[in-house]
Amino acid sequence: MNLTLRVWRQPSASAEGRLVTYEVTDVSPDMSFLEMLDVLNERLILAGEEPIAFDHDCREGICGACGMVINGVPHGPQKATTTCQLHMRHFSDGDTITIEPWRSQAFPVIKDLVVDRSAFDRIIAAGGYISAPTGSAPEAHSIPVPKANADAAFEAAACIGCGACVAACPNGSAMLFTAAKVTHLGLLPQGQPERYTRVVDMVAAHDAEGFGGCTNTGECAAACPKGIPLETISRLNRDYLQATLRRH
Amino acid sequence: MSMFTEGAPIADTRAPDGPIETRWQQRRFSGKLVNPANRRRLNIIVVGTGLAGASAAATLGELGYNVKSFCYQDSPRRAHSIAAQGGINAAKNYRNDGDSIQRLFYDTVKGGDFRSRESNVYRLAEISVEIIDQCVAQGVPFAREYGGLLDTRSFGGAQVSRTFYARGQTGQQLLLGAYQALERQIRAGTVRMYPRTEMLDLVVVDGRARGVVVRNLVTGEVSTHLADAVVLATGGYGNVFYLSTNAKGCNATAIWRAHRRGAYFANPCFTQIHPTCIPVSGNYQSKLTLMSESLRNDGRVWVPVKPGDTRPPDQIPEAERDYYLERMYPSFGNLVPRDIASRAAKRVCDEGRGVGPGGLGVYLDFADAIARLGREAVAAKYGNLFEMYERITGEDPYKVPMRIYPAVHYTMGGLWVDYDLQSTIPGLYVIGEANFSDHGANRLGASALMQGLADGYFILPNTISDYLAAGPFPSIDPDHPEVKQTEQEVRDRIERLLSVNGDRTVDSFHRELGRLMWDYCGMSRNDAGLRKAIDQIRALREEYWQRVKVPGSGEGLNQALERAGRVADFFELAELMCIDALHRTESCGGHFREESQTPEGEALRDDENFSYVAAWEFTGVGRPPVLHKEALEFSYVKPTQRSYK
Amino acid sequence: MVGAIFGSTVGKKAIMATTGVILLLYLIAHMLGNLRIFFGEESINRYAVWLREIAEPLLGYGGLVWVIRVVLTLSVVLHIVTATQLARRARQARPVRYATRPKVQGSYAARTMRWGGVIIALFVTYHVLDLTVGWLNPDFEHGEVYDNIVVDFQHWYVALAYTAAVVVVGVHIRHGVASALRSLGVTTARGERVVNVAAIVFATALVVGFLSVPFSVFFGLVG
Repeated sequence: MNLTLRVWRQPSASAEGRLVTYEVTDVSPDMSFLEMLDVLNERLILAGEEPIAFDHDCREGICGACGMVINGVPHGPQKATTTCQLHMRHFSDGDTITIEPWRSQAFPVIKDLVVDRSAFDRIIAAGGYISAPTGSAPEAHSIPVPKANADAAFEAAACIGCGACVAACPNGSAMLFTAAKVTHLGLLPQGQPERYTRVVDMVAAHDAEGFGGCTNTGECAAACPKGIPLETISRLNRDYLQATLRRH
Repeated sequence: MSMFTEGAPIADTRAPDGPIETRWQQRRFSGKLVNPANRRRLNIIVVGTGLAGASAAATLGELGYNVKSFCYQDSPRRAHSIAAQGGINAAKNYRNDGDSIQRLFYDTVKGGDFRSRESNVYRLAEISVEIIDQCVAQGVPFAREYGGLLDTRSFGGAQVSRTFYARGQTGQQLLLGAYQALERQIRAGTVRMYPRTEMLDLVVVDGRARGVVVRNLVTGEVSTHLADAVVLATGGYGNVFYLSTNAKGCNATAIWRAHRRGAYFANPCFTQIHPTCIPVSGNYQSKLTLMSESLRNDGRVWVPVKPGDTRPPDQIPEAERDYYLERMYPSFGNLVPRDIASRAAKRVCDEGRGVGPGGLGVYLDFADAIARLGREAVAAKYGNLFEMYERITGEDPYKVPMRIYPAVHYTMGGLWVDYDLQSTIPGLYVIGEANFSDHGANRLGASALMQGLADGYFILPNTISDYLAAGPFPSIDPDHPEVKQTEQEVRDRIERLLSVNGDRTVDSFHRELGRLMWDYCGMSRNDAGLRKAIDQIRALREEYWQRVKVPGSGEGLNQALERAGRVADFFELAELMCIDALHRTESCGGHFREESQTPEGEALRDDENFSYVAAWEFTGVGRPPVLHKEALEFSYVKPTQRSYK
Repeated sequence: MVGAIFGSTVGKKAIMATTGVILLLYLIAHMLGNLRIFFGEESINRYAVWLREIAEPLLGYGGLVWVIRVVLTLSVVLHIVTATQLARRARQARPVRYATRPKVQGSYAARTMRWGGVIIALFVTYHVLDLTVGWLNPDFEHGEVYDNIVVDFQHWYVALAYTAAVVVVGVHIRHGVASALRSLGVTTARGERVVNVAAIVFATALVVGFLSVPFSVFFGLVG
């Protein structure tokens, strides 16, 4: 099939960007979206043009590196699917596809579709962990974890840190990302000692990075390729309010 | 000109003697320690943030060393360990099914086809138990049973259930645990993180590894970081095949540059071809996707009995199906080790019985499991894998059997290290998949995660102190001639890649190289093919430096330039892999020489002549490398012909 | 505590939720009070007096009404201030908009919270000037609640504006209830559905209750 792409091109962080139109021919429906871009990039290189820069790595939907807004939807039209796992069979011949980077103050564009998501790392560094220095661990079976809690913790821990939630949120909030980690660790017995300091510190880091506040529109959970539930945000709010009412 | 020359034998001088179960304890006691107050004056560079790198950097930070951590990805959390699906082995014996440290040790040595070191493997089995404890304490959400205790499953090459898992995302959960520990140290100030920064060379001064030259991938700036020790945790080199299950960015540059600076490269030809991957769909294919080996617990592998049978699978009656693994290996059935399952798949496809486009595929059928356990139980175990399969192929594996085919997955070879994980360059440590140590000629499923974390959390932090106790080493001036020269060489190479301005893209060369390697140095190898491959690789490498086209400049983000440097190194490594495969005329594990097989077509080892580690020394591009043999001794597990029948 | 609440996005949303709940409780009482109009002129006028008489020994005549007015005013101010701060923050968080951005998940109610809020604020101002203070109502007489309402709603434009505003309130509440419960951390995974249904039922009941009065007046069922 043949497609028309409108791709955001921006040479560097400080440069102006714009949408540039490209025609791509002979696209196979079995190609992944990124393979389709690979084909276009090969052509651009041979024509002496700069290829389109985009982040990607595992191409299995788990590393969280890839991500672009495809026709206004982070990671494109298929539910619960990262860009690398999106296949061209979900498009039709003659389609025009608009491709933009994540738009967020906290994720500045580095080049074309590549953005800087280090703000996420700083949110985790602020408290998204259980302090368990190597060697200090007790025998694994000394603390049983109810299966329901373990499963719910896993569900939240499945976050790949891609940033689609931020890209989708009308407020540019990273609350789903933050809440996923708060939920994962807060549901496990090992996570209890730091449960309340963790949520306060992580929310403070979230706000300091310039992300917007959550207004419960649910766009994040709809865009999340890993299906992190919106309920995690409720849990974050609960823990946060308990923490602030309790501590002082 | 001969392909290689032979040098003096090499030996692992660090492993203590004595009973195998006391060696690790002995080594920890005999190694020197560093006073806590002195640690913060010692600088350590860790390159790579996968399971090994992240766990090492976090643990070294916790100990109080001054650590710098580098990764090429935008965040340490994206290292390719994250994609490991199946699980992690540990000899906990929670199932009371006869498991023990001794048995995990035995299974690993046997699974590796007797080409690994007993001391190393025993230590790995010992530490496996502590890893689970550590990860649970960090909050890794392993699968649990209703009683709240940890669940396990069985994996290829083992008859016990010792694999701990977190649905089909065990690697992700373990890596996030290590990543979170790392972020905690970054916040505490003991670790300084440099994401989007790629190591392009190793700085060696007065015979010691003293730093790295890196390129900031965002600004393009080339700079040098100096330290008292350097740890490489940069993963394997499966991407030399272009198509593999590795992430697109995985590369051999860090270890290859270290090899060029004097670190020996051990067993480069030992690559693991994983039997259960989604087959190639077209020539635009950019990578291959693994379907976890755990699927073989419940899926049955088959092909039609008749060659050229093009009927859809549901129209092939039971009697005309060949469940070849169950037929050939009745005691392990579908759970034979990876190398055996892969070769069997290749064999039936070579017989013309393969299925799907090009006949390069076999069925992995869940119909029986769904009938026996119900769709829900199957979905609970493998749901995410089934979804992934459907997303990629557009076929529903609940209804149509999956099609799978082997693909390059893991490299057992890597930089040679001693028992302390130190390479032949003093001060250069190599951990995780980047070293060669524990898996011999074939790695068992769920052992890579175990090894990465054993190296990073428990072994390296204990052994590196013995070296650092002699430090801090004399401080080096950034204008030291060695430093200046290494940095200049890096800049020159970047300049050279940019200046060729030919008419072929980097990827087109990489694809061609990968094809050569797959055809001649893949699942089965022979003398004539390997010689042909070496000639062609050399010619292609020449062509590369004449015709490659790298657009843009060295300033700023230039992904084509990043790839160009990596592929240039793959050419040199590919040649060494072929030379290693050519010299080892026996078959063992993942290395199958057609000249050396049993009458039934199984790999035939030659212990008399090849019971050694081949450690290669670099002598120059296109020049014959020097082979140093490290003899392997087996005192606890007697080498036998592997049998999974 | 004050810093953590006022200073963070989560705290601000908790303030919006709490003040929203206060305003909502008031709306319920207000709506129920309005319904007294169906029991006749005597009943609703008497109700207005009664409101001023309760707690009279403690607060004086009309004291409770003033307490309620102060609480409501504070709630409204806090609600609007935090909403404005969050809206501003959201705008700063996305300085460059998307070239294309279709509706994906967010309901109509969720997307109109901000402009809906502005409309409600304008309406409430008018409403107070119309039926509490009487400045905008030429026929207004203090204490004659029944007459004031009836005369007012006989004007078609007043009835129409009132209806429009109540519908906007209903939409605001539909998202507001669900949102507030999540902001306060009350919603659980299982409760998600219940909360959503409850929000719709609740908003509908309120709209119907409020609209019954102007419609009855306009169509002559009352008055």
